[in-house]
Amino acid sequence: MEFKVPTMAELMAAGEEPEILFWVGCAGSYDERAQKITRDICKILHHVGIKYAVLGTEESCTGDPAKRAGNEFLFQMQAMTNIEVLNAYNIKKIVTGCPHCFNTIKNEYPGLGGTYEVIHHTQLIQDLINEGKLKAEGGESFKGKKITYHDPCYLGRGNGIYEAPRKALEVLDAQLVEMKRCKSNGLCCGAGGAQMFKEPEKGKKDINVERVEEALETAPEFIAAGCPFCMTMLSDGVKLKDKEQEVKVLDIAEITARANGL
Amino acid sequence: MVAQILFLVITLAASVLFAVNLRKIIRNIRLGKPADRKDQPQKRLMTMIRVAFGQSKMVVRPIPAFLHFFVYIGFVIINIEVLEIMIDGIFGTHRIFHGLGGLYNFLIGSFEILALTVWVSCAIFLIRRNVLKLKRFRGVEMTRWPKSDANYILFTEILLMSAFLLMNAADAKLQVLGSGHYIVAGSFPVSQYLMNMLPSTENALVIIERGCWWFHIIGILAFLNYLPYSKHFHILFAFPNTYFSNLEPKGAFTNMESVTNEVKAMLDPSFIPAETTPGKFGAKDATDLSWVNLMNAYTCTECGRCTSVCPANITGKLLSPRKIMMDTRDRITEIGKNIDKNGAEHQDGKSLLDDYITREEIWACTSCNACVEACPVNIDPLQIITELRRFAVMEESQAPSSINAMMGNIENNQAPWKYSPADRFNWAEEK
Repeated sequence: MEFKVPTMAELMAAGEEPEILFWVGCAGSYDERAQKITRDICKILHHVGIKYAVLGTEESCTGDPAKRAGNEFLFQMQAMTNIEVLNAYNIKKIVTGCPHCFNTIKNEYPGLGGTYEVIHHTQLIQDLINEGKLKAEGGESFKGKKITYHDPCYLGRGNGIYEAPRKALEVLDAQLVEMKRCKSNGLCCGAGGAQMFKEPEKGKKDINVERVEEALETAPEFIAAGCPFCMTMLSDGVKLKDKEQEVKVLDIAEITARANGL
Repeated sequence: MVAQILFLVITLAASVLFAVNLRKIIRNIRLGKPADRKDQPQKRLMTMIRVAFGQSKMVVRPIPAFLHFFVYIGFVIINIEVLEIMIDGIFGTHRIFHGLGGLYNFLIGSFEILALTVWVSCAIFLIRRNVLKLKRFRGVEMTRWPKSDANYILFTEILLMSAFLLMNAADAKLQVLGSGHYIVAGSFPVSQYLMNMLPSTENALVIIERGCWWFHIIGILAFLNYLPYSKHFHILFAFPNTYFSNLEPKGAFTNMESVTNEVKAMLDPSFIPAETTPGKFGAKDATDLSWVNLMNAYTCTECGRCTSVCPANITGKLLSPRKIMMDTRDRITEIGKNIDKNGAEHQDGKSLLDDYITREEIWACTSCNACVEACPVNIDPLQIITELRRFAVMEESQAPSSINAMMGNIENNQAPWKYSPADRFNWAEEK
C-alpha cells in the first residue's frame, strides 16, 4: 500500500487516540478477495483524513460464526477477550468491514461489558458523503451504469440499514435497479448462520445460485455487496452462471474507492 | 322462559369449557423457561396496536391483506351484534338496541354489508386453498389436519354469516307483515334481496328467523370452543404475542447468562458466580424453550409466509419455519396431555429435537431472519432453531464436522479458517 496502516499499538505508544477503530474481521484479514475491500476501506479513511487505526494481529474473531452455530461458550470467550483489548485501548467508535462483525459488536458485546458506537463501512461512506468529505470524482465514472445492490441479512433485516449503502451508490449517478426481493424482503446469499463454513443440506439448488439468477434478471453491469461472505457467494454464483465477463461483483467500498480514483 | 334458560345454560357451559381449555394452553405455555419481556411497556403497546390491531405486516401481500382485513373487521364489529343477541337471549327481548333509532338502522345495515364481505372473502380464501392450490398452503407440514382445519374455519364463517343474513331477511319480512313482537327496526341492504326466497307464511318465517338466531349464537359459541384445538387461535393470541415480541434488532441473539458465569470464572479464577441452578444449555424438548417461544407456537396460524420466504425452503431443503412452529405446538400440547393423564413427572421418552424436528432441518438455517420479518404476528422461528442448535453443540457436541472444524479454528487460530494469527495483518503489506 502507498501509505502505512496505523495500528492501535503504535498510536498508543505515541500517546495518541484514533477517532475511529477499523475492525477488519477475519474474512477481511485472510480472504484474498476480501483483503482488497479492506485495503479500499483504508484508502477511503486515508483519503478523507480521518484519524483511524486497526488492531492488526491483536484482532481476533468476534465469535459470530460460533454463536450462530450454537456454541455460546466459544462466542463469549472470543467476545470477552476482544472486549478486554478494546477497553484497554479505550475504544469509543468502531467501523467494521463486515455486517456480521458489525452486528455482533454492536448488539451482543454491550451485554458482556463492551459498549461502543459501531457503524458499518457503508454507513461511514454515507456519513462522509453527507458531510461533503467524499464525492464521486477523480476516478472511474459509473454514470448511467446499471448497478443492483444485494442487502446483507445482518445489515438489512438484522439491523434495519437499507439506506446507507444505497446512498453511497446514488452519488455515482448510476442507474440503480432493485431486485424483486430487496430491502426487508431481500433473499439471503446463503452464507449466514455459519453456512459459510459447511456444505449446504441437500436440496434442489444452492441459495447463492437462486440469488444470482435473480440479480442477473436485472441485467446489471455490477452487483454491489456490503459483506465479505455475500461477496464470496455472489462471485461464485456469477462464475457458475458463466457471467464473469459481463457482470462484476464489487463491494460498496471498492466502488467508492474506484469512483474517487483511490 | 324455557328458551331463556336453555340459552343461559348453553352460554354458560360453552364459556366454562372454553375457560378450561384456555387455562390448559396457558399452563402449557408456562411450562417454558422464563424470559423477560416486561420492559418498555409503551413501546410494546405501540407494537401491538400497529402489528395486531393495525395489521401493518399484512400489507406486504395486498390481495390476502385486503380480504383478511374484511374478515377481521367483520369479526370485530359483528361482535356488537353478538352483544345484542346475548342480551336478547337472556332477557327474552327482541332487538333490544332498536331504541337507538337511526343509529341502530345504520349499525344493522353496516353489519349486513360486513357480513357479505366476510362471506365473499372466505369464499375466495377457500378457492385459493382448494382450487388454485397456492404453493404457500402446501408443503410437508401441511398434512390432512392442518388443511381441513383451515377449511372448517372458512366454511363455518360462511355458515355463520349466511345464518345472520337469513335471520335478518326473515325478520324484515315479518316486520312487513306486522307480526307480533317483530317491531320495525334495522335496515337490510343485503338481506332484502333474500326476502323473495323465503316463504310468506308467518309461521314458517318465525321458524326460519328463530332457527337462524339459535344457529348463529350456538355456532359462535361452538366456534369459540373450537379455537383451542385450531390454528385459528391467532385471533386471540395475536395481541399478547405482538405485545411480548422481541424489541431488539433482529440480528441480536440473546447472550446466555449461564455461559457468561462459566466463561468469567474461566478467564478470572477469582470470579465467584452468583448462585444459579445449573440447567441444560439450549433446548432438546419444548419445555426447554422459553414461554415466549411456546406462545409463538400457539399463535401461529400456519399461513406459511415464513416458509415462502425461507432461502433454505425455496431451494428445496427440508427446513420450513412453519413446520418448526407447528412441531413446537404439537409437542408442547402432547406434553400437556401427558401431564393431565399421568402427572407432572411423566416422561414419554420423546423430545422436540429428533422426534419432531430433525438435525437436517436445524442445520439448513442461514439465520437470515426472513421468516421473522415475514410473520404478520411477530413469531420468531429462528430463536427456536438457535436453541436446538445450542443443545446439539453444547450438550451433545453434535455439530456437522465442518462446523466443528470451524469452531476448532476459532479456538486455536482466532479465525474460522486455518490461518496463523501472526499473518492476520499481512493484508496491509500487499498492493
